[in-house]
Amino acid sequence: MIVAKRKPFAEIKAMLKGYKKVLNVGCGTCVSVCLAGGEREVAILNTEIEMTRKLDGEPIEIQGHTIERQCDREYLAELDSLIEEGKFDALMSMACGVGIQFLAERYPLIPTFPAVDTTGLAVNQAVGWYEERCRSCSQCVLGMTGGICPVTMCAKGLYNGPCGGTNKGNCEISSEQPCAWFKIYERLKGQNRLDSIKMINVARGWNDQTPRNLVQPGYKRPENMNR
Amino acid sequence: MSTEKTLRSGSNLEKILKSGQFAFTGELGPPRGSDVDEVREKAKFLKGNVDSVNITDNQTAMVRMSSWAASLIAIQEGLEPNYQMVCRDRNRLAMQADILGGSALGIRNMLCLSGDHQKFGDHPDAKGVFDIDSIQLIAMVRQMRDEGKFLSGGDLHGAPKMFIGAASNPFADPFEWRVHRLAKKIAAGADFIQTQCIYNMEKFREFIRLANEEGLTENVYILAGVTPMKSVGMAKYMKNKVPGMDVPDDIIKRLQGVEKNQVSQEGINIACEQIEEFKTMKGVHGVHLMAIEWEHKVPEIAAQAKVLPRPQPE
Repeated sequence: MIVAKRKPFAEIKAMLKGYKKVLNVGCGTCVSVCLAGGEREVAILNTEIEMTRKLDGEPIEIQGHTIERQCDREYLAELDSLIEEGKFDALMSMACGVGIQFLAERYPLIPTFPAVDTTGLAVNQAVGWYEERCRSCSQCVLGMTGGICPVTMCAKGLYNGPCGGTNKGNCEISSEQPCAWFKIYERLKGQNRLDSIKMINVARGWNDQTPRNLVQPGYKRPENMNR
Repeated sequence: MSTEKTLRSGSNLEKILKSGQFAFTGELGPPRGSDVDEVREKAKFLKGNVDSVNITDNQTAMVRMSSWAASLIAIQEGLEPNYQMVCRDRNRLAMQADILGGSALGIRNMLCLSGDHQKFGDHPDAKGVFDIDSIQLIAMVRQMRDEGKFLSGGDLHGAPKMFIGAASNPFADPFEWRVHRLAKKIAAGADFIQTQCIYNMEKFREFIRLANEEGLTENVYILAGVTPMKSVGMAKYMKNKVPGMDVPDDIIKRLQGVEKNQVSQEGINIACEQIEEFKTMKGVHGVHLMAIEWEHKVPEIAAQAKVLPRPQPE
C-alpha cells in the first residue's frame, strides 16, 4: 500500500495561516490502514488545529470528511455538494500525494494543502511499522533477484551487488538496515539459483524519468477529456 | 590478459604490469579547497616512489577538488594519475563526458567505483545519482575504449585510452560471493584490481587461492591494498567503524605491545612484512599503498618495503 506520515504540526499550521474556514479531507484506503490520514487522524488533527488557533486568538472553523478513495473521481464526487455549500476558503487533504492532487484538481479555485508526506509503497511489518518495498520503477527485476528489490532496498540502488560496504549482512549506511544484496544472495543460494546474479546486469534505461501514463490493453483514453 | 602484450592505454602502470614486474601504486586525496600547492606538496613525496597515483573522487562523500582536475595537476608534477570515478555523483552523460575529457588531457588509468554512500559525507542529504553501478561503469569504459561507442551505442570519435581498474573487497560478506563479484568485474572489462586494505592475511590468502582456482588471476592484475596503521586508535577505528574492514585483534595487540613512540613504526613494519609476502604470492601482481594523509611517509615505506627504484618503462 501507499504509506504516508503526518507533516510536522508547525508546517501544517503555517500553511493554514489566514484561512478561516477549512475542510480537511481524509482518505479511507491506504493512508487509513497506515494510520496517517483516515477518519480518526482527521478528527485528531482538526482538534489540534482548532485548539491552537483558538489559543492564538485566530479561531478557525475546520470540518472533517473522509471519503473512500481520493484517487477516484467516483468517490470525490460526493464532496461536490459539501464543498459548494460549505464555502470553504481552503481545503486540506490527508490522502497520499496522488489523492491530494486529484482533490486539488477537482476544486481548482480553492487552495488545497497537504497534511501528510507520502513516503512510499510499503508492507505492513507490524502495527505502525511500514517498510518500503517498491519504487515503481516500471521495470521489475524481482524474478532475477529472488523477490527482493535492489532498486528500493539497496541504498545505492545497485543492479550488481553487494558492494564492498556490506557489514555483517547489513548496509554500510546503518546496522539497522539489512543489505538487500546480502539477502538476495542468501535467498538465491537457498533456491540454488545463484547463476541468476552471476551474469552482469547491464545498464538499463530508466523508465520513470518522464511523467508516466498507463492505459491498459483493450482500453483507450476518452476523447476530449478535461484534465 | 597477462600474456597479452598489446597495450590498451599505454600507461606506465599497464606497461609495468604487462612486463611482469611487481607494481607499486600510491594514493593522493585532493584538497578541500582550490589550493594547488596542497596537491603539489603531496605529489612531491610520491614522485619516483610509485608507478601510478590514485586520485580519489570525493572520498568518503566529502566534497574535494574534482579528481580529474587533481589528476591533471599530478601529471604536471610528473606523476601518473589513476583517475578514480564514483557512480554516486554523476549520471552516464557526465561520466562519459569526463572520461573523454580526461583521456584528451592525458589521463590513462581509471578506477571505477560505486562510491561511499552520501550519508557518510558532508552533504548527507544530497541526492545520490547511481544511474549506473560500478560494474556497469567498467563495461561502459571498456565499450568506449574498445568499440568506440557510447553507452547508448552511438559512435564516438577518438576512443578514450584507459587502463581500466576496479576495486575488490575480499572481506565484505558474503565471503563466498567476493570471488564471483571479482569475476563479474573482469567479465565487464577490468584490466586491474586494487583491493580494500588488507589486515586479515589468512582470509586474503584464501580469497586469492579461490581466485587462482577459478583462473581469475590469469585474466586480471591484482594489486593488494595496504594501509599502514599510524596508531592503536586508528586500528580500533578501522576495526569497529569502517564497514567492510577486517582488522584482526593480533594487529591491535602487536601495536599495543610496543613503546608509544614506536607504534607508527610498528605499523609500517607490519605493512612491509605484508608487502614482502605479496611479492611472492601467486596471483598478486603488485601493491596499492594507501597511506591516508601520510603521503610524506611514502618514500620511507617504499624504501623499507624494498620496492625502489621503480621501473622506468620505455
